[in-house]
Amino acid sequence: MKRRDFITRAVPFSVLPFALGGFSLKAYANSSLLEKLVNAATDTDRVLVLIQLNGGNDGLNMVIPLDQYSALSNARANILIDQAKVLTLTNATGLHPAMTGLQGLYNNGELAVVQSVGYPTPNFSHFRATDIWLTGADSNQVLTTGWMGRYLNEEFAGFPVNYPSTTMPDPLAIQIGSVVSPGLQGNAASMGMAIPNPQYFNYLVTGTPDPVPVGTPDRAAHELTFIRQVAQQTQTYAGVVKAAATKAKNLSTLYPAAGKNSLADQLRIVALLVAGGLKTRIYVVNLGGFDTHAQQVAATGGTETGNHATLLQKLSDAIAAFQDDLKLLAIDQRVVGMTFSEFGRRIKSNASFGTDHGAAAPLFLFGKGVKGGIVGTNPVIPPNATVNDNIAMQYDFRSVYASVLKDWFGVAQTELDTVLKTPQFPSVNTLPLISSVADVEQSNNVPTGFTLYQNYPNPFNPTTQIKFISDGSYVQLKVYDVVGREVRSLVDGQLSAGDHEVTFYADRLPSGVYYYRLQSGNKVITKKMQLLK
Amino acid sequence: MKRKEFLAGAVGSFVEEPQTSASKKKTVNEFANKTLPAVQRTTSGIEPYTGVWGNDQVLHLLRRTTFGAAKSDLDTLKALTMSSAVDLLLTVPATAPDPPVNNYNDRYADPTVAAGQTWVNAVHGDGTVNSLRIASFKSWWYGLMINQSLSIVEKMTLFWHNHFSTETGIVSDARYVYKYNSLLRQNALGNFKDLTTKITTDPAMLVYLNGRYNTKTAPDENYGRELQELFTSGKGPNSQYTEADVKAAAHVLTGWKDDPTNIASTFDSTRHDPTDKQFSAYYNNTVITGRTGSTAGQLELNDLMSMIFAQPEVSKFICRKLYRWFVYYVIDQNAEDNVITPLAQMFRDTNYDIKQVLSVLLKSAHFYDSANVGCVIKNPIDFTAGFIRQFSLPFPDSSAYVAQYTLWGAVQNLAAAMELNLGDPPNVAGWPAYYQIPEYYELWINSDSLPKRKSYTDMLNTNGYQTTVNGTKYKIVIDPIAFANQFSTPGDPNQLIADMAQFLLPIQLSDNEKTTMKNALLSGQASDYYWTNAWNDYIATPTDVNKKNIVFTRLQSVLSYMLDISEFQLA
Repeated sequence: MKRRDFITRAVPFSVLPFALGGFSLKAYANSSLLEKLVNAATDTDRVLVLIQLNGGNDGLNMVIPLDQYSALSNARANILIDQAKVLTLTNATGLHPAMTGLQGLYNNGELAVVQSVGYPTPNFSHFRATDIWLTGADSNQVLTTGWMGRYLNEEFAGFPVNYPSTTMPDPLAIQIGSVVSPGLQGNAASMGMAIPNPQYFNYLVTGTPDPVPVGTPDRAAHELTFIRQVAQQTQTYAGVVKAAATKAKNLSTLYPAAGKNSLADQLRIVALLVAGGLKTRIYVVNLGGFDTHAQQVAATGGTETGNHATLLQKLSDAIAAFQDDLKLLAIDQRVVGMTFSEFGRRIKSNASFGTDHGAAAPLFLFGKGVKGGIVGTNPVIPPNATVNDNIAMQYDFRSVYASVLKDWFGVAQTELDTVLKTPQFPSVNTLPLISSVADVEQSNNVPTGFTLYQNYPNPFNPTTQIKFISDGSYVQLKVYDVVGREVRSLVDGQLSAGDHEVTFYADRLPSGVYYYRLQSGNKVITKKMQLLK
Repeated sequence: MKRKEFLAGAVGSFVEEPQTSASKKKTVNEFANKTLPAVQRTTSGIEPYTGVWGNDQVLHLLRRTTFGAAKSDLDTLKALTMSSAVDLLLTVPATAPDPPVNNYNDRYADPTVAAGQTWVNAVHGDGTVNSLRIASFKSWWYGLMINQSLSIVEKMTLFWHNHFSTETGIVSDARYVYKYNSLLRQNALGNFKDLTTKITTDPAMLVYLNGRYNTKTAPDENYGRELQELFTSGKGPNSQYTEADVKAAAHVLTGWKDDPTNIASTFDSTRHDPTDKQFSAYYNNTVITGRTGSTAGQLELNDLMSMIFAQPEVSKFICRKLYRWFVYYVIDQNAEDNVITPLAQMFRDTNYDIKQVLSVLLKSAHFYDSANVGCVIKNPIDFTAGFIRQFSLPFPDSSAYVAQYTLWGAVQNLAAAMELNLGDPPNVAGWPAYYQIPEYYELWINSDSLPKRKSYTDMLNTNGYQTTVNGTKYKIVIDPIAFANQFSTPGDPNQLIADMAQFLLPIQLSDNEKTTMKNALLSGQASDYYWTNAWNDYIATPTDVNKKNIVFTRLQSVLSYMLDISEFQLA
């Protein structure tokens, strides 16, 4: 199991249930208290930024399979990018000429391209396909929760009851640029807070109400302004968002001027909030307009210009500026981003210099923690593609989600299955997309000089070794079963500062999950282990 | 003086200001008015409104005179002229509502009233039975509000409760409470002088303001004071009644007491002061002749009413209160001169006919003046019951009365948590939102109540309110598809959003708000026809779960936004 060593707060065990501010005993009804406590959120400071490209992005003109160029010429001559202008990534694969920023990231090893991501039996309706991507459903399955919502539900059980809490004072997720994404819908509530537009963010940060539209009768305007002030004051997370936003400053000079690139405007807010110390795990932003049935490229002036070029440039510029900002703010090791669109577009272009709805498409992951490169092979384009031909799927989109959850957030397989397993995606597998894979042993909140390591071996039968570092004071190391009963006391006394190791011999105990808990004064670390007989 | 605080054009602060000690604000709100707002002066008066009679005007009328309107209510009134629409609203339903019933027998058996039967004429019973009956009453009253007909009667019943306030917690006899409530409802559009006369000897009021202890040997001035200060003359600068008048009125009213056996009031002449009662110059030095015998109480009460109602201040006081209930809390100089003054004159000329005054006010150019649209903050009943009515949320019918009362009571409790507990105003002055200078309506919205309001709409828009009664599950939740389908062209995203916004919100949205909602409906797609296609696909195959889900979630998302924004707090 993954690191669930959240208990670093200082409380005597006997009062644990009351001491975790905001948690109430009631929340743990029907379930073992300790299990719930250990299942509380994984300790991570990592952030995922999801960039939704609304409309269905033409992947073939974004990540161009140069080795398929002649077939592409047959299929989409009127929109095909001049081979000489393609930004080369490898001999066989290149980027749209507008994406110099992303080419730079690629060259730095900070961009992963995942080829031909999709799902079986693709749907060509924007709404349905969007819902599939956001919920993680099969093509023929209706899910009412989002994939990110389910993940956050696993991590923050019971949300929003008793949130914000001392351990999670911040929004679990923030949606910028629209109402909260269905992807953040949890079992009982939406797990996200919406910042519908950058202006709203500015009002929030400056503590001024959204101005009343011109022409509103002044009596109504007076009352509306009053209510908006109270609304802003009582927005659950207004205080923490405001505090974070005022704590940091964007440092990159690469951001386009405000209002010029809506994605950049959203991402700079993300950088600010991450740098400002919000513990928020997921940010969702979006860029619309990818539904390029007509005038995807300019009719005159070169196929590398036009609406799609403008959009890709915005995407590339925004990500490059954001990544630059993260570096300057020294938080680039904490953030990965991912793009997606509800579908790709048709191989064969239409006569309006555009493309119709398609199927699988490439997507990007970016960030310092990403394993740079291209995952998968170029799609194979039929030599004489017809309107019925589509890009076949190489990777299920849920494999990409799983990679982020497992390798970036350190989500255990059982949880991955809960979040992502479906009838048509029965085996939740991952792709090698993350370089700095979440470390099971590592915990950011472990007090210096006081550490508890994962036991080894694990699972075990019947003995396992538990290593820890004592800070030189009185130490207790005890083992509990899943209902919180103490089954063994391994250490109970004054130890010298430094490394220690004890053997846990579990011959008379039944198979199952056990917790071992190290306490020294008011410092506590708990870990999980499994006895398999 | 507070009266000096008002800004140019506003004269609101020189009118009545109850001095009751308990009228302190519950929650301090840093953003609420510190002085009356310097809003623009109106120019319109009580001359009949002759402008456009469109959805905006119909909805304005409905927002102010009912506890929220269903789409069908809009359609009904839209088909009439403005004048006929107001006449319809001023029509009193032909039959009185069925009385509240024993919904509590499962919890505690009522020894004298069978389950499902009314308790309003039963013997008092023990304390538990009585408190269960009071809860039954509150649920029932809330039910009347959400099931109100297209009539102003329920809104006026609450107005009179706010005016002639009593508290169930003090009256503590459910039968009295019901009788008092019925009196208000029966006279809601009747004659104000009659109503005041009747309320004076109402058993609930005799208990609440100690009239039952008011005897010639130990006069109790409580009612005699509130009668003048809060119920008739008010505390305006021209209301010059004296402390001696309070004492004299108390003496006039000696001898009345409640009769719990007959659920009535009686007059005991042996407790009545038979001497003459001298009033001040404010009442033209009137002397009410002392009387003896069984008719003495009623005769002297009638004289007292004639004396009080001869003062012009009474009609002005009530007209200002009606204005603050139906129009806005700031009464500018124009409104004082061209609305309050002529309305008050008419009130006197018609011998205090409530219906006629309301008719003139609700048909006036001033009422439909755009300056007065959208400036009322919904009280918790407007908010909670209004929401139920706007979305036609289905409650169980009387065949499942236990569940029905449970659900009514649940929402009534939520309204109480938002600081309007039906039947239990904070004190005899009623709810401060209708008299407390300078905050007025703004008292409804604070850091405690606003999140409660938002969680209420959020709950009913998403998971719904669920409860199990006698093994049957009930769920109250919005059907966003049915809601959208009421409008003319739900397949047109612009028209649909405009129609929903017009129906739910009294003022125009900003461009940012419109864009956000449209993006929610279109999942960020740029072309309107994606919504049109999705809607048409659903209409063609409404049983297709997938197609239904596509439109359902998007409509829910738009509604979630629309119900969350501050505009939804306004009426």
